[in-house]
Amino acid sequence: MGSVTFMAESETEKLVVETESLDSSFVRKILKHPGGEQILVCFQCGVCTSSCPLRLISPEYNPRRIVKEALLGMKDLVLSSDFIWFCADCNACTERCPQGVNPSEVMKAIKNIAVEEGIAPPAVKKIVENIEEHGRLYPIEDFTQEEREMLDLPEIEPDVEVFKINKKKLLGEKT
Amino acid sequence: MSEFALFLGCTIPVRCLGYEASTRRIAEELGIKLVDLNFSCCGYPLKHVDVVTARSMAAANLALAESKGLNILTICSACSGTLTDAKFNLENDPSAEKVKKELEKQGISYKGGIWVKHFVRYLYEDYGVDRIKEHVKVPLKNLRIAIHHGCHYLRPSEIYDEFDDPEHPKSVREIVEALGATVVDYAGELDCCGGGTIAFNQKLGAALAKKKLDNVKRAGADAIVLFCPFCAIMYDGHQRFIEEQFKSGPYNIPVLFLPQLMGLAFGIDPSELGFEYNAVDVQPLLEKIGERK
Repeated sequence: MGSVTFMAESETEKLVVETESLDSSFVRKILKHPGGEQILVCFQCGVCTSSCPLRLISPEYNPRRIVKEALLGMKDLVLSSDFIWFCADCNACTERCPQGVNPSEVMKAIKNIAVEEGIAPPAVKKIVENIEEHGRLYPIEDFTQEEREMLDLPEIEPDVEVFKINKKKLLGEKT
Repeated sequence: MSEFALFLGCTIPVRCLGYEASTRRIAEELGIKLVDLNFSCCGYPLKHVDVVTARSMAAANLALAESKGLNILTICSACSGTLTDAKFNLENDPSAEKVKKELEKQGISYKGGIWVKHFVRYLYEDYGVDRIKEHVKVPLKNLRIAIHHGCHYLRPSEIYDEFDDPEHPKSVREIVEALGATVVDYAGELDCCGGGTIAFNQKLGAALAKKKLDNVKRAGADAIVLFCPFCAIMYDGHQRFIEEQFKSGPYNIPVLFLPQLMGLAFGIDPSELGFEYNAVDVQPLLEKIGERK
């Protein structure tokens, strides 16, 4: 039985992780996912974290730490982290990463794996539902069409289907 | 006359009608014909769920424009990013095989014969700042403008052929200066509006927007100018909410879409530029421009 001592960013909090809880298949899963292919070349320089606008608001938001935890196989911790959903996808990290890790795409790969495993916030479910039903993020109400008419804007098709999606399949729900 | 498919996305035709109206109006002024097709969501929100599905939806929209032989102009930066990323992925990335398979299943074929650009990028790169200048009838001489670039207009620069420097962008600055206005520098100019976060955590998203409002206020700008619906919702739609939530401000910073500002400089009547949909009062700003007449 072993354990890994992981020094947190603040150096004040010591996190002890039982090695039995680590899942080495997690990184392999990320590597296979589009966007996650370069995660192994991360050398933990922290440019992503120093570029992260959320980090400036609150030190608990830390992309470098998420990548490190993923590399260590701390699957449950990463997938249950709020940060993966709060990431604004601003791409500042991706633009500056000297290793081409593409942290904002890694974050999406991790979110996609979370959804596969049935962990999706309600906001995500609503998004998928609307797009399945209407082909759009928001349904078009009569009120909107009237407002558009007043401004001489062209009427828009309320329901469009350019590419079909299946909500149940996407959210890993049983039929 | 140049003709393009206008990609409105989901948010603009519902929540940013002033942006749409002013874009159509200045396009007419500039001799740019915008064609409406039945596009769906670009796919961006599905990136959280499944990147392959998101890219497939984006590619299906590209295929629709391609079938009409039209290049795409977008006015939402997230749509720009998603459509450009799908095109880049299909043309450069081995992982695109999955996307191609999804398209095939639904009988969609995309050959890669068209391009996608944000309207602002098109104005800078193709239409030309000098030609924009020819349309200026009311130079905005006494206006101090804070530009908010937003994230997906510039980043990741790799997919945008590096048309502008992602750390020191100049495309929008040149357009705003061509209108006669002064561009005001401020701290955190390239920072995110928080729009991507707000659906999951309202306070955190609003805190990001607050930082910029504070910095713009400090710099003494008359207005923020931007060109993405989510950024507008954060700085304009949430400005009062931010004041209440953080006991900050009052800011009273008008937030204009770049086409609204261009319209004013072109001498178009403000009533044609959708200002009734701006949350923060723009009247003092309009009066400031009027003073020079």
